[in-house]
Amino acid sequence: MFFYFLKRLGLVIPIAISVTVVCFSLVYLAPGDPLSAILPSDASIELIEKLKKEYGLDKPIPVQYVIWLGKALIGDLGTSIATGRPVSSEIGRAISNTLVLAFFGSAIGFSLGLAFGTIAGYKQGSWIDKTVTGIAVAGVSVPHYWLGMVLVIIFSVILGWLPAMGAGPSGEWAWDLEHIKHVLLPAITISVIPTAIVTRTVRALVADILGREFVTALRAKGLTDRGVFIHVVKNAAPTSLAVMGVQLGYLMGGSILVETVFSWPGTGFLLNTAIFQRDIPLLQGTILVLALFFVGLNLVVDLIQTALDPRIKRA
Amino acid sequence: MNTPSIPEKVVAAATARGYWKSVFFRLMRDKVTVVCLLVLLAVVFMAIFAPLIAPYDPFKGSILKRLLPFGSEGFPLGTDELGRDMITRLIYGGRLSLVMGITPVIAALVIGAFLGIIAGFMGGHTNTAIMRTIDVFYAFPSVLLAVAISGALGAGIFNAMVALTVVFIPPIARVSESVTTQVRSLDFVEAARASGASSLTIIRVHILGNVLGPVFIYSTSLISVSMILASGLSFLGLGTKPPEAEWGLMLNTLRTAIYLNPWVAALPGTMIFIVSICFNMLADGLRSAMDVTQ
Repeated sequence: MFFYFLKRLGLVIPIAISVTVVCFSLVYLAPGDPLSAILPSDASIELIEKLKKEYGLDKPIPVQYVIWLGKALIGDLGTSIATGRPVSSEIGRAISNTLVLAFFGSAIGFSLGLAFGTIAGYKQGSWIDKTVTGIAVAGVSVPHYWLGMVLVIIFSVILGWLPAMGAGPSGEWAWDLEHIKHVLLPAITISVIPTAIVTRTVRALVADILGREFVTALRAKGLTDRGVFIHVVKNAAPTSLAVMGVQLGYLMGGSILVETVFSWPGTGFLLNTAIFQRDIPLLQGTILVLALFFVGLNLVVDLIQTALDPRIKRA
Repeated sequence: MNTPSIPEKVVAAATARGYWKSVFFRLMRDKVTVVCLLVLLAVVFMAIFAPLIAPYDPFKGSILKRLLPFGSEGFPLGTDELGRDMITRLIYGGRLSLVMGITPVIAALVIGAFLGIIAGFMGGHTNTAIMRTIDVFYAFPSVLLAVAISGALGAGIFNAMVALTVVFIPPIARVSESVTTQVRSLDFVEAARASGASSLTIIRVHILGNVLGPVFIYSTSLISVSMILASGLSFLGLGTKPPEAEWGLMLNTLRTAIYLNPWVAALPGTMIFIVSICFNMLADGLRSAMDVTQ
C-alpha cells in the first residue's frame, strides 16, 4: 500500500505542476497587458516601467513563473487588484463558505442518490425503476441555475418560507436555524447533478452485482436478504465512492453558477468578482486553489478505492 | 451443415437491410426518441425561420408594456423587462443558444477525434505526449475550466465557444484513443497491414470506419451539457451581451423581475431544460439503436 501510495504520488505531482502552469498562463490569455487593468490609460512610460519592475513583469516569462510558483508555495498568491487585500485571505474566507455549501449539497445528493440507485437496482424494470431513471435523466438535463431560480420563486417569492439570497446575517457559517434556512435552497439546487449521477451509477452497479453468479450461490446456500445486501454493498462501494469523490470535486469547482443565483459568498462568487473587475491575481489564485483541491481529492479517492478493492492495485 | 437455421435468417435480414437503415428503423420504433427528435426539429425550425414566425421585433419593446404576465392581450407569454414579447424572444433565443451549444461539440469532435486517433494509432511516445497533456485538463472540473478560460479571454460569443471547445476536447480524445487502441489490435487491421496497405489507408478505411461511430455517439451525449454550460456562461455575463436574445442571457436579465412576474422570468430556462433533456434522450436512443450487439 505504501509503495502504491508513492507511485500514485509520482503521477500526481506532474499533474499538479501542469495545473500551476495552466493557472499562470491565464494572465497571457487575457487580452492586453496584465497591467492595463490597474493603470490609468494616460499613465506615463516611467510609471509603467516602475510598476513592471514592482510586479516582476520585466523578467522573462519562465522566470516570472518560477517566482510566482515559489510565492504560491508559501501561501502568497499576490494582492487582489479589486480589494487591495491579499488573495490568500480572500480565498480563505470564500472557500469555507463553498465548503459549507458543498457539504450540504453532497449530503443531500449522495444520500438520495444511494437510496434511489439501490432501490432502482433491486426493482429493475418496475415502475419505481422507471421513475427513478426518469428523475436521473431530468437531473442531468436541468440547467441548475434555472432550477435555483424556480426554487426561489416557489419558496421565497410565493410561499415566503426561505430567504432568497446570502449566507445569513454575518456572511459566516454558524450552526443555527437562520443559517440552515439560508443554505437549504442553494444546497438543494447544487445537489441535483450528484443525485442524478450517483443514482445512475449505483443503479447500474447493483443491477450488475445482483445478476452475478455468486449472488445466486449465496441465495442458494440460504443467506438472508440482509446478508446478500451486505455483499452488494461491499462490491458496489469502491466504484460508488470514486464517483462520489469526483462529484464532490465538481460541486466545489462548479458552484459558480449556483453561488451567483443565490449571492452565496463563496469561491464562485469570488471568481465572478475577479472576472468582471479584471482582477487577474484573484482569478489565478482562486482557480489554482480549486484545481489543486480537485487533484488532491482525486488522489484521496483513488487511495481509498484501492484500500477497499485490492484488485485495482494489481491491475 | 448442422448450423441452426434461425440465426442465419436473422443475419440475412440484418445484412439485407444495411446497417444505417436498421439503425434508423430501430430508432423510429423508440417512441420517446421520436418525440424528442420531433421537439428538437421544431425548435431548430423555429430558430431558422424566426423572422417569418415571430409575431414581433425581438429588439423593439415598449416601456408601457413592461413585464406583462401570462395571457396578456397580444402577448400570450407576457413581456420582458424592456417590454419585448416573450414568444418572439424565446423563438429568436434558440438561434444563439443552439449555435453556442452545438458548435463547441462539433469543433471538439473534430480536434478531439484527431488527437485521440493519432495517439491510439501511433502508440508509444506520441500517445504518452498527447494523453498526458489531455490529463492536465482533467484536473479541472469542467465548469471551472470553462469559466476560467472564458473569464480570462473576456466576454463574447466566440470566446465562450472556444472555452467550451477546450472543455470537450479531453473527454472526446480519451474515448477516441481507447477505441482506436482496441480496433488497432484487431485481426483485420493486422491483415490489412500484411497485405501491404499504408498507414494512411489503414487509418482512412479501417480505423475511421470503426472509431467514428462510437465517438460520434459519445459526442451527441455531450450536447446536452454543452447547451447548459453555454447558456450558463451567458447567464454569468460571459457569453452573449444584451440586447441579444439568448436563453441564458434572458434568464440573467429577467432575474431582477422574479418578484414582479416570477413565471415569465423562469421561461427561458424552461427552453434550455426542454432542449437539453431532448438531446439527452436522443443520445440514449441513438446509443441503443447503434448497438449491434443487442
